[in-house]
Amino acid sequence: MNGQAQQQWLVQAVRRLGNASVFLVQALAGMKCTFFHVGETLRQVYYIGVRSLIIIMMSGFFVGLVMTLQTYDTLSRFGAGDSVSTVLGLVLFKELGPVLTAILFAGRAGTAVAAEIGLMRATEQIDALDLMGIDALERIVQPRLLAGIIAVPVLTLVFNFMALLGGVTFAIGMMGVDPITFWGNLQNSVGLWEDFGAGMLKAVAFGVVASWLAVYFGWTAHPTSEGVAKATTHTVIATSISVLLLDFVLSALMM
Amino acid sequence: MDTSNIINPNMPAIRLEGVRMVRSGQLVLDDFNLEVPAGKVTAIMGPSGSGKTTVLKLITGQLKPDAGRIFIGDIDVCELNRGELNQVRRHIGVLLQNGALLTDMTCFDNVALPLREHTSLPENLIEKVVLLKLQAVGLRGAAEMYPQQLSGGMVRRVATARALAMDPDLMLYDEPFAGLDPISLATVGRLIRQINRVVGITSLVITHDVAEVSKFADFACIMANGRVVGCGIPDQLAADGNEVINQFLKGLPDGPVPFHYPAPDMEQQLLGDGDDE
Repeated sequence: MNGQAQQQWLVQAVRRLGNASVFLVQALAGMKCTFFHVGETLRQVYYIGVRSLIIIMMSGFFVGLVMTLQTYDTLSRFGAGDSVSTVLGLVLFKELGPVLTAILFAGRAGTAVAAEIGLMRATEQIDALDLMGIDALERIVQPRLLAGIIAVPVLTLVFNFMALLGGVTFAIGMMGVDPITFWGNLQNSVGLWEDFGAGMLKAVAFGVVASWLAVYFGWTAHPTSEGVAKATTHTVIATSISVLLLDFVLSALMM
Repeated sequence: MDTSNIINPNMPAIRLEGVRMVRSGQLVLDDFNLEVPAGKVTAIMGPSGSGKTTVLKLITGQLKPDAGRIFIGDIDVCELNRGELNQVRRHIGVLLQNGALLTDMTCFDNVALPLREHTSLPENLIEKVVLLKLQAVGLRGAAEMYPQQLSGGMVRRVATARALAMDPDLMLYDEPFAGLDPISLATVGRLIRQINRVVGITSLVITHDVAEVSKFADFACIMANGRVVGCGIPDQLAADGNEVINQFLKGLPDGPVPFHYPAPDMEQQLLGDGDDE
């Protein structure tokens, strides 16, 4: 890429970020709390949250299992295998739980939301709402945005629980680590607010980013099959990168 | 802004004055003028790509013209902000080409949607209104079905019921006959006529179905190359000596409206200039 092309790319990226920010402000500014909006938001929580449970639970369990396996193996060489729960707890609650949940959420639910809104655009359903004098942003975007913000922290809790279950299965069930030592180390090393709370704060931030990008890419999708495909791809890529970048920024701020 | 009744029977329902529109670098409308009489069914006809749908999008405020003015009654659509435009749109029913029903709702809920959004009618009254609208399009029995369970023609009829739900002053139909079988086609044509007669609303139909127009429309306008080339009573339009009208109504491939999109010389393109050897 030559200098001019780089400049153009940068201008394009800044413009897109600006548009996405305006879009988020518009969506949040017109937030309503009517019977319909609460009902629709709960329906979306079911579609994008509850239906993501299987992948989150399976992934959480296996991540916990493999993380404990690797950590236990390394710590055992120094005779510190019993401390596995300390590493598992800190890494899981502060970093892996929120980050992996947000990335899995983007792949499972973010793509579905982007494709759904993109298809609504392609099949003129959003135009039809506009033509009936109904605010499509309020009706389509707001419930999905809110549902994502609610779902990601809850899914993070589920992910953490399942990962811990995976850790317990391997450490206590297979390696014979003393349960009292396992839970005692975990309790002593993981702080409720500075570790667990920080992780949950990250989960909320990732929830905003993941659902914001999903609805934005769906909303701005070109009304063609290629446009919808691009919207879903962009959702996964942009969410993954944004979550990892934001994780670094938030971790640095919380040090 | 008072929008209690946007159409005045003593003046044109819709006026487009000197509208110019460029889309994707192409001049779609140039010095476009049109008057749609109140309380009548007017058809806008023209070859594909002549800008008919663009005219509809300009009237509904989905697009802003590069120049010119657009009036619905005496309201200048181009001057409205978002809130005012939404107010005006509540008085307009629009039937889009593919119906555009919300796919996650039943037909009943689709028709009830504008009533639930814009009125404070009790649910039992909404139910009666919706069933009456669905009865008018012959689909009361399909009230609990989802759009994906219906044929294209049925979807369009439900969409018509939805467009009529708020008892609009103005109905806009975008290609209501495209892809319909002869029975559905005649039914939709009759429906447009009936709605106009019974409810007394103004209807604007965008179509290129020459045969059907004379059966339901009071007036027809033919557009080509971004302008209106002829307007009048459908049966009399054929008598007009205009070459473009003649070509369109008779479906002639050769005439002022080119069938072929501009392209380089075919012989030269297919056979090359002999350099291949």
